Amino acid sequence: MVEVTLWGALGQLAGGQSKVEVEAKDIRELFRKLAEQYPGIEPWIEKGIAVAIDGTIYRDTWSKELPQGAEIFLLPRLAGG
Amino acid sequence: MNFDPRFSGRKFASVGTRPIRPDGVDKVTGRARYGADFNMAGQLVGRVLRSPHAHAKILKIDTSKAEKLAGVKAVITAADLPDLTDGDAAMYDVLDNCMARSKALYDGHAVAAVAAVDARTARQALKLIEVDYELLPHVTDVDEAMKHTAPLINDTIFTEGLEEKPVKPSNVTKRSQFGHGDVHQGFGHADFIVERSFKTEQTHQGYIEPHACVANVSSDGTADLWVCTQGHFVYRQHCAQLLGLEASKLRVTSSEIGGGFGGKTHVWAEPVALALSRKAGRPVKLVMTRDEVFRASGPTSATSIDVKIGARKDGTITAAEATLRYSSGPYAGTWAEIGAMTAFACYKLDNVKTVGYEVLVNRPKTAAYRAPSAPMAAFAVESAVDELAKELGMDPVEFRIKNAAQEGTRSSYGPVYGPIGIGPTLEAAKTHPHMKAPLGKNQGRGMACGFWFNFGGQTCVDLNIGMDGSVSLAVGTVDVGGSRASLSLVAAEELGIDYAQLKAVVADTSSLGYNDMTDGSRGTFSSSMATISAARNAIKILRDRAAQMWDIPVDDVIWENGHAIAKGEKYGNLAALSLKEIAAASGKTGGPIAGHSELVADGAGVSFATHICDIEVDPETGAARVIRYTVIQDAGKAVHPTYVEGQYQGGAAQGIGWALNEEYIYGKDGRLQNAGFLDYRIPVCSDLPMIDTQILEIPNPNHPYGVRGVGETSIVPPLAAIANAMSNAAGVRMTHIPMSPPRVLAAIEAEREGRA
Amino acid sequence: MAGVAVSTTINGDHVEYLCQPDETLLDVLRDRLGLTGAKEGCGTGDCGACSIILDDRLVCSCLVLGAEAEGRQVETVEGMAHGEKLHTLQQKFLEHAALQCGICTPGFLIAAKDLLAKNPDPSEEEIRFGLAGNLCRCTGYDKIVRAVQDAANVMKGA
Repeated sequence: MVEVTLWGALGQLAGGQSKVEVEAKDIRELFRKLAEQYPGIEPWIEKGIAVAIDGTIYRDTWSKELPQGAEIFLLPRLAGG
Repeated sequence: MNFDPRFSGRKFASVGTRPIRPDGVDKVTGRARYGADFNMAGQLVGRVLRSPHAHAKILKIDTSKAEKLAGVKAVITAADLPDLTDGDAAMYDVLDNCMARSKALYDGHAVAAVAAVDARTARQALKLIEVDYELLPHVTDVDEAMKHTAPLINDTIFTEGLEEKPVKPSNVTKRSQFGHGDVHQGFGHADFIVERSFKTEQTHQGYIEPHACVANVSSDGTADLWVCTQGHFVYRQHCAQLLGLEASKLRVTSSEIGGGFGGKTHVWAEPVALALSRKAGRPVKLVMTRDEVFRASGPTSATSIDVKIGARKDGTITAAEATLRYSSGPYAGTWAEIGAMTAFACYKLDNVKTVGYEVLVNRPKTAAYRAPSAPMAAFAVESAVDELAKELGMDPVEFRIKNAAQEGTRSSYGPVYGPIGIGPTLEAAKTHPHMKAPLGKNQGRGMACGFWFNFGGQTCVDLNIGMDGSVSLAVGTVDVGGSRASLSLVAAEELGIDYAQLKAVVADTSSLGYNDMTDGSRGTFSSSMATISAARNAIKILRDRAAQMWDIPVDDVIWENGHAIAKGEKYGNLAALSLKEIAAASGKTGGPIAGHSELVADGAGVSFATHICDIEVDPETGAARVIRYTVIQDAGKAVHPTYVEGQYQGGAAQGIGWALNEEYIYGKDGRLQNAGFLDYRIPVCSDLPMIDTQILEIPNPNHPYGVRGVGETSIVPPLAAIANAMSNAAGVRMTHIPMSPPRVLAAIEAEREGRA
Repeated sequence: MAGVAVSTTINGDHVEYLCQPDETLLDVLRDRLGLTGAKEGCGTGDCGACSIILDDRLVCSCLVLGAEAEGRQVETVEGMAHGEKLHTLQQKFLEHAALQCGICTPGFLIAAKDLLAKNPDPSEEEIRFGLAGNLCRCTGYDKIVRAVQDAANVMKGA
């Protein structure tokens, strides 16, 4: 079970929660379960959500494992120059 | 692929040296081919008709006269680019931006295009196209556009991110919020509070090469596109989607690129050129004029930002808050959101709150510009931080060091930081000789910090070993400033061969797997990771071939310094085999030798910089010039230090231009008044001093060599560094960027009157 | 419109071409003669990317008509190297990494060549003002100035 912090807009889609608990071993499973529990989040996952694991931001490595006790933080996917 | 991206702490032979770039000779002899330097047999000249109005309904477009003009081969309007975006709102905006559909949304918005046998005929044809417009009220200012009375740019947009669903449409497309703690309580604990409002004007990336492409669509559904772009694979996806082509049948070749800085990250004229070619049945070359580049491509957001920061007497910041309003042009964007995330990222804050508002205006669609959105937020925050240090009577560097984020700090945008480099850049600034150099009359010194997220992304590399032992490296990230040199160094390092034995090229979209574009400072970070991986895959094959040549088990063969070595006493008399020798025998040991890599480079790590600058202000005219400038930034590991310095210097120069001169000036009619380099003045050689650089190397734990992206962060601190220097040089706190002479003079005069 | 017949010398070679009366020399060089080293960054003489030397004078070729080249000497970046041997300025631009994207480089090389021909020992300030008609958006000019300084030193000694 990992605790996942959602940013503002995403929290609204998860019934106003800023933190949710999800049983997930990697980013792919996390996204799948989030979409199951909170269907409103699914289009955001489609558009792209970045996942910070202990401060390091992952944008596309859905196979990245979520270590027990790690801080998991979801962020909007950003554009660069 | 089992690729371990973790930092390995190896010693380097090639990485960190400064050889001449592989594409250099072509670029100094005029042989390098940029977007407009390519031609196809029988090509036509494409030209675009643009709206002269800031906001207007398009009632009717009559192209019949233009079509009848001798030499005109195709005329297109939005009808020739039907909506195939299938509910993809972002792509629909790109489509509408390429060719206006029901409304022209800014001065310069494309409404029709022609292809003709030569430029003169094309220009004549544009004059023959009749467009009936119904003028609509317009708004170009970000604060004005937020007012309830402002003309609505898109009446189907209701603000996202509000607690209560809005009942009326608005020019504010989205509200976003970041932070933690309780700012109200935090300000209650403050002894000093600084609260200020700032504005920054819209700037353009200002690449010297206008957008240019040559498109050729065949009747069998295949197509070719030659184009200057930061991401030819991305352009292929976009163009294929907008034109209804199959992606793999559209081959996109990226030309040499004459600057991008974020402005060549999405399509503008390319779908138009393809649509013209499809209709005319001939190749079409489309090159924007500089006027079109300014009016219709690029720019960054104009902003309006309120900042409030409080601190205790001992210099501890107790709370920080910002409201950021960013213009996104006439289409929804996420620019304020990025500003809200980056604004306070340099600091360790218990109580922080940032709110961003994305605002529609009748200006060109905002595009990314080097660390997009961060410079404006940093200008506001770092100006306020400087003011607060002054109120506290603290040295600005010491004040920042005291409050700097460090490993374990919860960032203002959410996650807790791992090891980061803001502290070391500040410590380096503190001891830098620049900080102690004497200043003359009307001179002042300022400093500021900057933050940027770096990215990685999808990346693909092919490394092919020729039978003569030379190595070609095909990468898919466009080389915007010397990355072919860096990637050659990385391949040389990994293979253990000489840099001169390699040649790196940027492959076209039919020759390599998909690559994300060169943005987010990712070019060298991502492609070096894929290059290392590809080289290691090639080494596996080289070892296997050596084992065959020796007829020994491959597990007994190791790779060292460009040679296969048979490991163990029993092979004592086997001379090492060089890459060259193994390559020469490859035809008899299993055929060509190559290493491939497809990966997602992630874990780029955030980036920080500290800049110091001295300026001199003429109190009679308000003109300011930068007389000394120092950039201190963490590169993780500088693969080719000269090009790292170049990135630092170039970003600083763009920031200096933004701070002092550059701005889009709109008339009351909503038309851009300064769409040219004469009136939109970017820094010239005589405006600038040498720009000193200090490269820190704090290894990135998520890259085998410790590499970090270096391209963008250097544009973040200059706006504030110069504003802070201005405050010390002229005694005025400038809150409106650019600090052009009339604004500075007005501030100096107001200050004088205030004192009198 | 009837074309204008022009006879001129480009990088030492005799060249003849037909051009339209309103056609710029830049367009002639690029579109008719295939000399694409000179670039069009603005078309209004503000960026210097199309710099050429016309009878010992540094000009923006976008502000010169093709017809005006009649009987004159035109020098473009393509004429700087001798065979395989690069001009000292070209070599120094490479060594100092005085280019990133490189689009402005041909113009800078021509402008610097003109500068050093007229002032073989320029100060930093003279270099900066001498090259102020050429825009570079990538480098911040630091490495360009250093490359020109280094080239001036080498060329003085030669």
